[in-house]
Amino acid sequence: MAYEIGKGGFIANLGKIYGGYAGGFIGFVIILAILEQIGVPNYVIGYLFVLLTIGVYAYIGILSRTMELSEYYVAGRAVPAFYNGMATGADWMSAASFISMAGGLYLGGYGGLGYVLGWTGGYVLVGILLAPYLRKFGQFTVPDFLGTRYEGNAARICGVVVLFCASFTYIVAQCFGIGIITSRFIGISFETAIFVGLLGILVCSMLGGMRAVTWTQVAQYIVLIIAYLVPVVWLSTKLYGIPIPELTYGKALQQIAEFEKQFGIAKAHSAAYVDAAGKFSWVEFNNFWALVLCLMVGTASLPHILMRYFTTPNVRQARESVGWSIFFIFLLYFTAPAYAAFAKLEVYANVINKPIANLPAWVQNWSQVGGLLTIRDANNDGVLQLSEFVINQDIIVLSMPEIAGLPYVISGLVAAGGLAAALSTADGLLLAIANALSHDVYYKMIDPKASTARRLTVARVLLVIVALIAAFVAGTRPSGIIQMVAWAFSLAAAGLFAPLVLGIWWKRTSSMGAVLGMTTGFGVCLYYLVGTRYFDMPLWFGIRNISSAVFGLPVAFIVTWAVSLMTPAPSKEMQEFVDSIRIPKGDVKWAAAGVHE
Amino acid sequence: MASNPLSTERQAEYWRRTSTLMWIILGLWFFFSFFVHIFAVQLNNIVILGFPLGFYMAAQGSLISFVVLCFWNASAQNKIDEEFGVAEE
Repeated sequence: MAYEIGKGGFIANLGKIYGGYAGGFIGFVIILAILEQIGVPNYVIGYLFVLLTIGVYAYIGILSRTMELSEYYVAGRAVPAFYNGMATGADWMSAASFISMAGGLYLGGYGGLGYVLGWTGGYVLVGILLAPYLRKFGQFTVPDFLGTRYEGNAARICGVVVLFCASFTYIVAQCFGIGIITSRFIGISFETAIFVGLLGILVCSMLGGMRAVTWTQVAQYIVLIIAYLVPVVWLSTKLYGIPIPELTYGKALQQIAEFEKQFGIAKAHSAAYVDAAGKFSWVEFNNFWALVLCLMVGTASLPHILMRYFTTPNVRQARESVGWSIFFIFLLYFTAPAYAAFAKLEVYANVINKPIANLPAWVQNWSQVGGLLTIRDANNDGVLQLSEFVINQDIIVLSMPEIAGLPYVISGLVAAGGLAAALSTADGLLLAIANALSHDVYYKMIDPKASTARRLTVARVLLVIVALIAAFVAGTRPSGIIQMVAWAFSLAAAGLFAPLVLGIWWKRTSSMGAVLGMTTGFGVCLYYLVGTRYFDMPLWFGIRNISSAVFGLPVAFIVTWAVSLMTPAPSKEMQEFVDSIRIPKGDVKWAAAGVHE
Repeated sequence: MASNPLSTERQAEYWRRTSTLMWIILGLWFFFSFFVHIFAVQLNNIVILGFPLGFYMAAQGSLISFVVLCFWNASAQNKIDEEFGVAEE
């Protein structure tokens, strides 16, 4: 008999359970700190962190196993707003957010803030345009909504294809991140590490579906936010005596500006829209806007995020949980620029123009790990000039504990946090892909008479297959994490945003309009992405391909609008269906009878 | 329970109010996502607690406004729901 996670007992005690869990995790870190002090070697600490946290996630995953469809697909619609917010936070914040973003800010300065803005503001769109209505619709997947609203398999299949393209690039990036972190901290090969991580993902999602993923994501959020905040809070206290890095890094910015003058750096850290020479640039300006727009609209279109709002008990809580989601995400995102500023200050104050023989210990340690930090005394003067120091963006967060002079146990904590971020996002994506294949393709299109047991078996088999393929592709080491993740946003934005939003907000949207809008919008976006990336196609208006949805999105809206007006209006039943999902109370009026459970 | 608790006119009125709220928040979203950042270069000349203001808005100010907008939307829409008697029990 499965542990009764969906019953009142568990839900009523969530505060106690996760409070106890957070306390237990902090206790675990303290015990490891003591072990380190009495001489336990670093690699043992690394092992304990990785294995124990994965073990806890696996335990939650196994406890949450289920044989019920609504538990498997939407966690029984029993997840309170606050906890759904935490789960969405973990679902959302990926290896790129946790590890690479602060480094991107270090290298990009103001330009990097486009990611900070773009990866938060989209929740406003989710909250006002989509989440409450999708919750009222109350089925299992995002393509399910498209298939119902636009009556037919054409829209459903388009939805599945866009979902697959967006989520698959994204999940490959997560598997890659899991491989990097695990291999570095427990000293196994990258390829083996990916498959260790894969086991961690599968055990969390296969038995319990959305229910298991939800409750492990809450646990993973707690680990990742503690891990992200500890080193930077410590450093802020050490540098300025105030444990609020978000407040104190203003001082660091001032000090950085002084060093920039001293070193003659043209492109200042906080200067907006400047090129490498420090001059205002329209290309930078346009790209900043395009990136912010694509990331925001992409946020509001990614199925693994939208499906989290299917799991709340009601419409009201769906709206509230959007608030909690962005609050929990905000905690990490408004801290990331502090990481970047503190790391830059450390580099400028203690590394640049210093004798190479006396560099800080963290520089020496990281320069020994292949390719992440390079020191090359080009003019043989024994002093490290700015041009002789090259740093990879991924090590800003990973090296922060050492910069702050913290013991190795905190490095292990950060690794556990990065792993939690990658695993939780991978879980959510995997479920989004596998559920679309099992629910929308298999059940809705191939075998609508399948029994519950058969549907659950198919769902699990597809989950394992998708996970294996993703891990295999990640093992071939395709291009950088942040690049691939950002592709996913443009693909989802161009393909899904228009049909979802117009389907709810404009009753006149016809099936033909939506299908053509999706295919042309997505097609333009994909054409630009592939053309500029692989076939040396010139950039349009200098817009980088990371923001290719800037071209796909308007096409999707215009085509949907124009074709809808040229084709007959949706039936009266369909208009009543739209009316019924617009109000929280009452039943949903299905336009076609008998197809919904 | 009737499957639609509102008459046609009340439904239209409800949706008009909901849409107005949506447009207001969408406008504020646009303001904080894009409009303020047009002036980032000029705002950067104002420095508060060490933060150039243009940088601060992109790094924190706009983010805080997003959190507030999401919670505000939830509570304002809730009031509309209660006024029209369509809030869930």
